[in-house]
Amino acid sequence: MFKRMNKPIWFLFPYWALFFVFVVVPVIAAVVLSFTYFNSIQFPTFVGITNYIQLITMDTVFMQYVLPNTLKFALIVGPVGYFLSFFLAWMLAHIPPKPRTVLAIIFYSPSLTAGVAMASMWRIIFSGDSQGYLNSILLNLGVIVEPIQFLQSPQYLMTIMIVVSLWSSIGVGFLAMLAGILNVDQTLYEAAYIDGIKNRFQEIIYITIPSMKPQMIFGAVMAVVGTFQAGYIGVALSGSNPTPNYAGQLIFNHIEDYGFIRYMMGYAASISVVLLLMVYFISKVTWKILGDKD
Amino acid sequence: MAQSFHAQKINPDRFSKSQLPFFFILIPLSILMLLPILFVINHAFKPQSELFAYPPSFFVKNPTFDNFIELGRILSSSGVPFVRYLFNSMMVTTIGVFLAILFTALSAYGLSKLKFKGKKFLFELNTIALMFVPVAVQIPRYIIVAKSGLIDTYAAHILPIITMPVAMFLVKQFVDQIPNDFIESAKIDGASEMEIFIHIIVPMVAPALATVGILAFQMIWNDTSTSTLFINDESKRTMAFFLTTLTGAQGNTVAGQGMAAAASLIMFVPNLVLFIILQSKVMNTMAYSGLK
Repeated sequence: MFKRMNKPIWFLFPYWALFFVFVVVPVIAAVVLSFTYFNSIQFPTFVGITNYIQLITMDTVFMQYVLPNTLKFALIVGPVGYFLSFFLAWMLAHIPPKPRTVLAIIFYSPSLTAGVAMASMWRIIFSGDSQGYLNSILLNLGVIVEPIQFLQSPQYLMTIMIVVSLWSSIGVGFLAMLAGILNVDQTLYEAAYIDGIKNRFQEIIYITIPSMKPQMIFGAVMAVVGTFQAGYIGVALSGSNPTPNYAGQLIFNHIEDYGFIRYMMGYAASISVVLLLMVYFISKVTWKILGDKD
Repeated sequence: MAQSFHAQKINPDRFSKSQLPFFFILIPLSILMLLPILFVINHAFKPQSELFAYPPSFFVKNPTFDNFIELGRILSSSGVPFVRYLFNSMMVTTIGVFLAILFTALSAYGLSKLKFKGKKFLFELNTIALMFVPVAVQIPRYIIVAKSGLIDTYAAHILPIITMPVAMFLVKQFVDQIPNDFIESAKIDGASEMEIFIHIIVPMVAPALATVGILAFQMIWNDTSTSTLFINDESKRTMAFFLTTLTGAQGNTVAGQGMAAAASLIMFVPNLVLFIILQSKVMNTMAYSGLK
């Protein structure tokens, strides 16, 4: 049966057929739909760039809350999560294999929790009455006098979203960077010390990072994509879409709001296109910055 | 200077005192990371009296299985027996993981070792797709699944999500490391490309395939989006979906918290066990994860 299977098509068809149907076509469809009015019942009607104009000029929620929130969330969770992953990987590389494996599993395990199920656990921890664990601790310590509505108050929601996302951000990128650091050629370090490198910091900057640049880039792309994938978190924590005062509204929630709650699918598609472009653009910029160092 | 370098080298085989500063930072950090998970474990085994206790306590004093039993009871009374969701999840995950590994490996070999037009383009496309965010295109995906008649089928749980550009990328990088001599000599012996793939390549890239397996397992096992979007028939939905709706509803009441924690634990433990078993293979694969 396998005797005559030599043609590339035998190898390529399954993956690329699915890739085409569930990645390429949806992206093209999103672009096409973004130029239409589509309420999911009637056939889409072409409206040109109206959706985009509306998004930029008339959607005050988008411009006032969603876009700033998304940028704030991404600019904190992305770089901090990335730095934390590298820092942990670098430290783990300095201890013997057995404790390293145990600690690496512990650091990685938050990313193994199912996001939405875990969100309900965070809801218990941050619960707004005195039964809430954080409230109870703070009340006991005398830090606060009455319980804080952590998840319902705009001033705390975003901070909690960032903390929770950082907690689960040690993922595939971290594993890649750990493998990268462990595989750096040991003799490079010895040579560098002979050449006059003086401390650990210089060692990281001049030897470690340049030698594992491919893993650094991979980790960065994973960090950017992971950050934008985490869009459900605000809604999962506060339990409502839109989130209270739009405090935790990210671009993904805005898509869901228009697509599945208001059934303005054409408009939602135009937000999707903006999201895809944002992720692509930010990834490419990070890639360029990290790739151009030598 | 040379002395201090050797004292703190990377990837040491044994413990030395100079590593203590690293342990001093790593251990407290790991405890901090572990706290929420310990919280879930403790909460899942708390009896009602401790769930209602004020002030709430972190650790469970009299552990019980009540929450798990109650969870099973609630699931059964919803009309669809618990085992049905479990069966759906296990079946979808098993088939999905198998297909993800198979399709990914086939394509990786094709892109790495076969000669054909457009090979570079396909790999570029896959690299761009690393930056693809599936949640952005839920709507068109829904339309495609609906138009192709996949609504309410098991295939709807599997086909839309098993194309994983990250996995394909990792395996392709791994296959690139295999010297062409192996393949050439097998060809001289009269083996077809598919036979080479099955008998030579698959055993050699086993660590990378294990990595694909674990990534696919995590994704499919935890996935709730396919049940939400593509399935209307309650008896075809997966455990992840049911447990999340349950934790969403029950997590708000103090009495339901224990059950929500139990449900979270049921979702989390298989992921963790699988990762622990396969972690050395995953690390092996990650060495080839670089993007240039």
